[in-house]
Amino acid sequence: MTGTVAVTATINGRSVRAEVPARLTLADFLRERLALTGTHLGCEHGVCGACTVVVDGRAVRACLMLAARIDGAVVETIEGASDSGRLAALQDAFRTRGALQCGFCTAGLLLTAAELLAEDPAPTREAVRAGLSGNYCRCTGYEAIVDAVLAAAGTGDG
Amino acid sequence: MAEAGGSLPGYRARRLLAGRGRYVGDMAVPGMLHAAFLRSPHAHAAIRAIDTAEAAAMPGVAAVYTAADLAPVCAPWRGVHALFPDLKAAWQTALAADTARFVGEPVAIVLAESRAEAEDAVEAIAVDFDPLPARVDPVAARDGQGPPIHGDFGTDIAFTATVDTGDTDTAFAEAAHVAEAEFRFARHTGVPLEPRGLLAEFEPTERRLTVHISHQCPAQMQDAYARLLGLEEHRVRMVAPDVGGAFGIKQQLHADEIATAAAAILVGRPVRFLADRLESFLADIQAREHVVRGRLALDAGGRILAFDIDDLFAIGPYSQYPRTSLGEGRALLSLVGAPYAFAAVRARTTVVHQTKGMAGHYRGVGHPIACAVTEGLMDAGARGAGLDPLALRRRNLIGEAAFPYRTPTGVRYERLRLGAVMDALEAGVDLDALTAEREAARAQGRLFGVGLAVFVEMTARGPTFYGDGEVAVSTRDGCVVKLEPSGVVRCQSSVTEQGQGAETGVWQVVAETLGVSPEAVDMTTGDSAVCYHGGGTWASRSMAIGGRAAREAAAALKAEILALAAALLQNDPDALDLVDGVIVARAGGAGRMSLGELAAIAHFRPHLLPGGHQPRLIAAASYGPTDAPFRAGCGVQLSVVEIEAETGLVRPLSHAVAHDCGPIVNTRAVEEQLRGGIVQGIGAALYEELHYDADGQLLNGSLADYLVPMAGEMPDIAILHVPPDPSAGDDAMAGVGEAGTAGAPAALLNAVNDALAPRAASLFELPMTPERVLRALGVL
Repeated sequence: MTGTVAVTATINGRSVRAEVPARLTLADFLRERLALTGTHLGCEHGVCGACTVVVDGRAVRACLMLAARIDGAVVETIEGASDSGRLAALQDAFRTRGALQCGFCTAGLLLTAAELLAEDPAPTREAVRAGLSGNYCRCTGYEAIVDAVLAAAGTGDG
Repeated sequence: MAEAGGSLPGYRARRLLAGRGRYVGDMAVPGMLHAAFLRSPHAHAAIRAIDTAEAAAMPGVAAVYTAADLAPVCAPWRGVHALFPDLKAAWQTALAADTARFVGEPVAIVLAESRAEAEDAVEAIAVDFDPLPARVDPVAARDGQGPPIHGDFGTDIAFTATVDTGDTDTAFAEAAHVAEAEFRFARHTGVPLEPRGLLAEFEPTERRLTVHISHQCPAQMQDAYARLLGLEEHRVRMVAPDVGGAFGIKQQLHADEIATAAAAILVGRPVRFLADRLESFLADIQAREHVVRGRLALDAGGRILAFDIDDLFAIGPYSQYPRTSLGEGRALLSLVGAPYAFAAVRARTTVVHQTKGMAGHYRGVGHPIACAVTEGLMDAGARGAGLDPLALRRRNLIGEAAFPYRTPTGVRYERLRLGAVMDALEAGVDLDALTAEREAARAQGRLFGVGLAVFVEMTARGPTFYGDGEVAVSTRDGCVVKLEPSGVVRCQSSVTEQGQGAETGVWQVVAETLGVSPEAVDMTTGDSAVCYHGGGTWASRSMAIGGRAAREAAAALKAEILALAAALLQNDPDALDLVDGVIVARAGGAGRMSLGELAAIAHFRPHLLPGGHQPRLIAAASYGPTDAPFRAGCGVQLSVVEIEAETGLVRPLSHAVAHDCGPIVNTRAVEEQLRGGIVQGIGAALYEELHYDADGQLLNGSLADYLVPMAGEMPDIAILHVPPDPSAGDDAMAGVGEAGTAGAPAALLNAVNDALAPRAASLFELPMTPERVLRALGVL
């Protein structure tokens, strides 16, 4: 309960060293210790996808991972991915298509969609829907998000 | 007004897409403490004693408070309404005092240096609960089986209301066809992805309370917090920053929220409370628990003779504050048979208390119930009479010539373009091809169904209901526009933004009305210290009310800008215009000066203006409907489903909505409001249900257990706009925020029953889960 763990990780391109409580989740570590508040907490059960971040190249749920486990890892949050420009096409498509409303799910969807497109640069509409099925959005009804991902992939019909 | 209808992207979109949103949970201030609550583990229990000593001594803990501690700084409340003096509403306190009446009701609050430490200390509080009988079943509550949960009332019936117009008994006696069903609607909730939360800061010397809160109605909460905490209203500042969805769930007073503010006053430090998901499922406002017996009488020609409706509505132990929990039952009484012409109706709602979570307003308040009952009976009537569902509806819609029209339930519609929405549906969807597809599927033995639902949405409420009800809820909105020296216009609007685009709509209205680019308009919303005391978000009102105020303010500022320019340019104001931020000659369009040049002169060198002009450079307007209780919109939804016979799983294959909401400000925002609302309605139809056991324990308080619509199961949704009516004035603008949620459950209900019809099966219980479908099919 009270033990701490020393971790050294690369977070958004910067080396971070910290003593973290053993029970601290990666999401709380990013939000509370590093002020990277673009990673949101929606369910804390790994279901809603709002806390999605990239660890060693894979999208993971930061609410399910302990901060202690990122020792030696490369972590990227929405802030880093956005600043690097690698999400620009998706962000532009989301904005022009109205694929976000309240914005609370958006970081998780962008990072999930980017991973989906990296694995399948020309997905079908069904593949996009399936690929986004672990991310809960209460506002949009998903259609605009699917459209935006397809537009960013260059396979959308406008 | 001019048909704008552009699709300007969201005002906050770039920032939110970059992960730079600022929600309450992202805010921290020096000295801030974190709150966690001990919540009742019992649905109903007497609280004999609370021992907080061990918890208060734990690491990081600053204070532990119970009801007795908060009582001196926070008054009790109850949701009452002067128009309904018979409503039995029990007093509620920020923390349960002597009795807890639902699982999750807050009993004690811990303030600590971290949320984790606060949660640890909650575990160490010892409460001596003496369990009392749970009251879960609404029927038992109505029928008085067992002791009432509020002994003083002598009953668990909180309220009854009836509508009785025309001769309903004779209509049924003489009917050629009678359709009848018992509809059951499961309790569910709004599930905004950002849970509720607030950060409360109290300044004791001036007794100022500043609360950043995830909420739809900051002005309303300014009133409520001032009233209950004994503060002067102008010294209470409520600020809604970025809000991660709301849907009515963030419209009322929640006990844990005002307990947080009261605790901040007592402890003398800022306090932040963020509900986690379990707390959200337990303590967020819930909705829609109804049992409705309905009958429809048709004559031999398929004309509606009468509706007969008996509703039982369960609201939990308390009436929500400040708006009361009567809304759904009252909406059902008003909206039975809403799109149709008929003479006789008898309807009753019986509202009962129970020891489950509180129920009140969720997107569409009562509309989905009224629409599902009405449209479910229409389809049952069509089947019984051997009529085509579309033809039956066409035959009974209120005709264009009948408006303004007063329904037998007592609602006045100025106008509904019902025929036009049906035309739009038939023009936009090939119904013959759909029917052929259904017949082909049926020939293969597949369960394929098509369902229609006509809906009416009552939006942009006028002042009489809450005003005469003595409830401090504004039905107005206001807007201030100020010309800055740079030529940028600063806009302060009382609309509030939770994602739906209300702020973007005002932004667009101001830019278009003035004649400047959107980048030259800067928005402030959500701050009660800055913005007009307006209504905020509820009942689909932002554009019809807040948009109109914004347009009037912007028009007034533009008139002054042109007058100043005319004085400087020694011209006639009518000969000038403002286009894309440039003062131009109306004739020919030649640019004369930029708005920035004019603004700089007006601010810093106003002596250059001839004739002693005194620049104001600020304009304001407010607006609220005073002539009508609502602005009504309407539409029709079409759902196509297929049921897997083996599993009972309902797959929504496609969905369409044709609608009329009058003049549109931002087409994309309207379409996405419709789509988002429809998907919430599909959730209600197929998935969403809060399961309470017989002891009143919530069994599925996580997103792993409470099913919500996800991308993989949802269909694409076709939006069919009714062609604009050039004669429609400002008063024809209606909201669309609840249209999708109002009609979708009914459309799905009818589609599922259409699919079940070849098996002579029917289902009138929502959500239509696989288990219920299999029971309807006689498989289980």
